[in-house]
Amino acid sequence: MTTEHAQSATPMTPSSYIEHHLGFNAQSVGDTSFWTLHVDTLAMSVILGVLVMGFVWWIARGATSGVPTKRQAFVELVFGFVDDQVKNIFHGDRHSFIAPTALTVFLWVFAMNAMDFLPVDIFAALMHALGFEHWRAVPTSDINTTFALALAVWFLMIFFSIKAKGLGGWIHELFCAPFGSNPLVWPANFLFNLIEYVSKPLSHSLRLFGNMYAGEIIFLLLGMWAATGLAGTVFGAILAAGWSIFHILIVALQAFIFMMLTVVYLAMAHESH
Amino acid sequence: MNINFTLVAQAIAFAVLIWFTVKFVWPPLLSAIETRQKEIADGLAAAQEGKSALEVAAKKSEATLNEAKLKASEIIGQAEKRAAQLVEEAKTNAKVEGDRIITGAKAEIEQEVNRAKEGLRAQVSELAIAGAEKILRKEIDAKAHSEMLATLAAEL
Repeated sequence: MTTEHAQSATPMTPSSYIEHHLGFNAQSVGDTSFWTLHVDTLAMSVILGVLVMGFVWWIARGATSGVPTKRQAFVELVFGFVDDQVKNIFHGDRHSFIAPTALTVFLWVFAMNAMDFLPVDIFAALMHALGFEHWRAVPTSDINTTFALALAVWFLMIFFSIKAKGLGGWIHELFCAPFGSNPLVWPANFLFNLIEYVSKPLSHSLRLFGNMYAGEIIFLLLGMWAATGLAGTVFGAILAAGWSIFHILIVALQAFIFMMLTVVYLAMAHESH
Repeated sequence: MNINFTLVAQAIAFAVLIWFTVKFVWPPLLSAIETRQKEIADGLAAAQEGKSALEVAAKKSEATLNEAKLKASEIIGQAEKRAAQLVEEAKTNAKVEGDRIITGAKAEIEQEVNRAKEGLRAQVSELAIAGAEKILRKEIDAKAHSEMLATLAAEL
């Protein structure tokens, strides 16, 4: 828990410390503020995605139907876990799309969440030494990541809904479910569905974002104990260790919840009322 | 909380990852696991089949054994019967042979006796003739009375 790198610049206050840690490595790629790219978020998530899915791909390529190696057994364990969850929720041909998607979501989000375990200040110091002033390690504590995933799922949801029921069926459902097909309740139905369609991606993405963001903030707050001297450093380190251990649960749980919601939304899209 | 172009980039990354998993990761793992499941199921079915086959074979062997036992006892019974029959036959044969030998012996004895009788008769007649000759030498001419003496000898 060192704060050296920040001290070298200007006299540090708690808010400047946190602000510095929560700053993105933002690169402008256009005129307006929308055309900004968080290079750290993108690089971390792509590297993690390639590492995790590359590992699974490597195992899958050499997968044997005979006696599996320990690596393969581990991958099959995860595979079976995800497949069982999907099987319980979605009763269709899950192998063609939904189950692999669930596996991708689970492993990728888990890996991105797990970046929270990197010691904030040591990692920041390392990236500072490499010449990056700002570098956020946890892609899922960037709202852009969680929204990107949730919106992708949202579009898939609408796509599967239309694919399963046809465009007419989908529009019919927008107006005629859940209260019935009486024209008098059409507005109520539409409003209901609208709220549902808006709330799904919001709750989907904000739940993950909130958990990971809060986790990061707490690590930063605990890291600030180091500013109060040796006793504070030890105390902060013990608390941070405790929070890390508890965070293992949150990291795994949030990845699992995100995957489950993905599967539930996609499964619901296949069901007609 | 600033939504920006990162969202689009992340969505593209997500789409690529999903495509990659759907195309390259999921199918080989699925096929490996399903093949193994099938192999295990087949193995268990084969084991079950073998078990029932063993049971059938055990039953069959027991039945065969019983049949063999039955046949053996039957054969032994038959053999005993045959042996008894053979002994009986041998006895009968021996008896018949014995009788035949006895009959033969009896006939021979009779023949012997007859021969002895003939001999004796001839000797007695010779003796009688000799005696008579001695008596009659003085009184009877042998030539005149030979016919009468022959008749006498035949009668003896």
